[in-house]
Amino acid sequence: MSVIPLEHILILASILFVIGFVGVIVRKNTLYILMSLEVMLNAVGVAFIGAGSVWQQADGQVMFILILTLAAAEVAVGLALLLQMQTRFKSLDIDLLSKLKG
Amino acid sequence: MNVLSPLQWMFYLAALLAIVASLKVITGKNSVHSLLYLVVSLLAVAVCFYLMGAPFAAGLEVIVYAGAILVLFVFAIMMFGLGKDETLNAPKITSFRVWIGPSVIAALLLAQLVYVIDSPDIQDKLTSNVINAKQVGALLYGPYLLAVEIASFLLLAGLIAGYHFAKPTGYHDNNNSGGW
Repeated sequence: MSVIPLEHILILASILFVIGFVGVIVRKNTLYILMSLEVMLNAVGVAFIGAGSVWQQADGQVMFILILTLAAAEVAVGLALLLQMQTRFKSLDIDLLSKLKG
Repeated sequence: MNVLSPLQWMFYLAALLAIVASLKVITGKNSVHSLLYLVVSLLAVAVCFYLMGAPFAAGLEVIVYAGAILVLFVFAIMMFGLGKDETLNAPKITSFRVWIGPSVIAALLLAQLVYVIDSPDIQDKLTSNVINAKQVGALLYGPYLLAVEIASFLLLAGLIAGYHFAKPTGYHDNNNSGGW
């Protein structure tokens, strides 16, 4: 049994997730949107690790490793797309992407 | 309302630091400064992981997240050609209050970690409910083997997509209809 109650861990995870979500919604710089996505993924990791430590199961950490893999792949693709955006539009404003067709 | 144990105090302090650093990430004006705060936020979450009894996940958080993924961000920011629009209204890098925020939070986290490792009371509580890397590895390569293979496909897809998108335009002189 963990010393820290599960409710507080989940509250921490929710606060971090909401901070990241607000960042994704509010910011117009695409780089900040990617960083806020990292904060959100991190919050999900907190929830998994906390649940795993409360129930004394290693499954939570396995899920955290999979989230880590997902974050690495997402950042690689996202930053490469941002490089394309910078060379094409000379800006990182997300509103410029509304001109895309298709 | 019972009184909080030192372990719980440490956890709540690290959680507070993580929340403050995350708020500074999304409200920042300069991307490099926000990135610094993101590193500090990940370190604070790693301390939380350690206090929750998951030292393996804490190490992975520091090594992979703060060490590899954030370095990818730094490389990308360097390639964006920094200093054209958004660093003009930001304070200069040599000024004192640019690095004081992340370093104060990082110093607090370091003090916390030293205290936690040094205190035998907290160590006793921590070692009683720790989940070590051996259990995680046995589970990862046992029931979750299919998920690991799918994750490897995901990483391969990320590698190919990163190579394809980050290629400079006009790299192939013919049939470059342009990308995405």
